[in-house]
Amino acid sequence: MGCRTDGVVAALKAAADTVVAHRDELVELDRVIGDGDHGENLQRGFQTFVVALTRSTPDKPGAAVKLLATTLISTVGGAAGPLYGTACLRAATTLGDADELTPETTVAALRAALGGVVARGKAEVGDKTMVDALTPAVDAAAEALGSGADIAGVLAAAADAAEKGAESTVPLVARKGRASYLGERSANHLDPGARSTSLLLRAFADSAAKHRSAA
Amino acid sequence: MTVGLVIVSHSAALAAGVVELAGQMAPGVPIIPAGGMPDGGLGTDFAAVTDAVATADQGEGVVLLFDLGSAQMTADLVVESMADPDQAVVADAPLVEGAVAAAVAAAGGASMAAVASAASGHAPDASVVSGPAERIEIELTNEIGLHARPAAQLARSLTGLTADVTVTFGDQSSDARSVLGLLGLGARKGDRLVVSAQGEQAAEALRRIRQLADDNFGE
Repeated sequence: MGCRTDGVVAALKAAADTVVAHRDELVELDRVIGDGDHGENLQRGFQTFVVALTRSTPDKPGAAVKLLATTLISTVGGAAGPLYGTACLRAATTLGDADELTPETTVAALRAALGGVVARGKAEVGDKTMVDALTPAVDAAAEALGSGADIAGVLAAAADAAEKGAESTVPLVARKGRASYLGERSANHLDPGARSTSLLLRAFADSAAKHRSAA
Repeated sequence: MTVGLVIVSHSAALAAGVVELAGQMAPGVPIIPAGGMPDGGLGTDFAAVTDAVATADQGEGVVLLFDLGSAQMTADLVVESMADPDQAVVADAPLVEGAVAAAVAAAGGASMAAVASAASGHAPDASVVSGPAERIEIELTNEIGLHARPAAQLARSLTGLTADVTVTFGDQSSDARSVLGLLGLGARKGDRLVVSAQGEQAAEALRRIRQLADDNFGE
C-alpha cells in the first residue's frame, strides 16, 4: 500500500495551498515574537515550488521532495529556508530512488527531516521552535507504524502530535531564533515555526487520507 | 593572493558597511558583501552567498561572517553545498570586530583557519618560540591611542616574524597579533604599554613596534 510520485506531489501541493491559506496567521504570529516574515517567506518558497513543478516533473518521490528542498533554500530568505530546506534534503536522501513511499519510509523520512532541522538550528525540545512540533510528530509516527498504520495513518498521528507540540510552545520562553532576544516577553505566544510545521504535517495527512479513499 | 571574506547579512546596507570598514584595514583582501534578498528586502539569499564565496575565493579559501542566526544557517548550508566544502569556513564571531580582525589577519597572509580564528578573537597560532623574553616600554603619543587602525597596524607589523609578542597595559595583557585583544586593552593617548617578545626574531618585533609608536602610527 504505497504512494507513488503523483501522490507525493499532490501532498506537497496541498502543503503549498495550506501555507498560502495561513499566510496572514503566520505573519501575525511571527510579528509578535519575531521579525514578521515567516508567513511571507514560506508563501514565496511554496509558490515558487508550485511554479517549478510546471517546468519539471519529478519522476520519484525523493526527487519531488528534493525539488521542494532546493526551492525553499534558494527562495525563502529567513530561517525557515535553511531549516525546512535541510529537512527536505535529508528526507529526500532517505527516500533515495525508490518508486514509491511506504509507511516505513515515510517515518524514516520524517526522522531524517527532524535530524536535519536539529543539525541546522541546534535547537532542542523546549527551546520554542519547530523542533517542539516535529519531535513528538516523529515519535507518534513511529508508534503508529508499530501498530500497523498505513501512510495516511502514520501522517495523521504525526499531525496530531505536531499540533499538540506546537501548542506546548505557548508558555515557553524562547531560547533559539529571533524570539530569544525577547526573553520572558516571548512567553504566552505560539511559536510560528512550530505552527507552520504542524500545518504542513496536517496538509500531508489530509492529502494522504484523500489519496487512500480515492484508491 | 590572500584568504577571502564574505559578509553575510540580512541587510544589503549592513553588509556593504562592514565591507567598507574592514576593507580600510586590509587593502588587497577580497571582501565581498552578500546582504539582503534579490528584491531589496531583508533576508539572506542562498544564491547571492554562493556567488560571493566564488568571487572571494582566490584559491586560499574563504571565511564567511554572519549577522544573525538564520544568516549563519544560510552560510553553513552554502559551505556544505560547495564542490569542496573544505575551501570555506563559517566563523562564529562578532560581525564588525570579527570582520576587521579577519581582514587584518588575511592581509598578513594568514591561513583560512587562522583568519577564522582571528575573527573569533583568538590570535593566529604563534610560531615556535624560544630564547629569553625581551621587553620595551612605549608611550602612546598619537591622538586616538590603541584604537582599531593602530591596533591593526601593530598586529600586521608582526606578520612573518618568529616571535611571541605580548602587550601589557596595567593588569591586562593581550597577544600583539590579536586586534580584538589589543582593542580590549582600552589604551589611550598618554598611556604607557609594556611590550615583551620572545623567540628568534623578538628583537625585530620590538624594533617594528617601537618604530610604529615613534611614528604615531602614521597619524
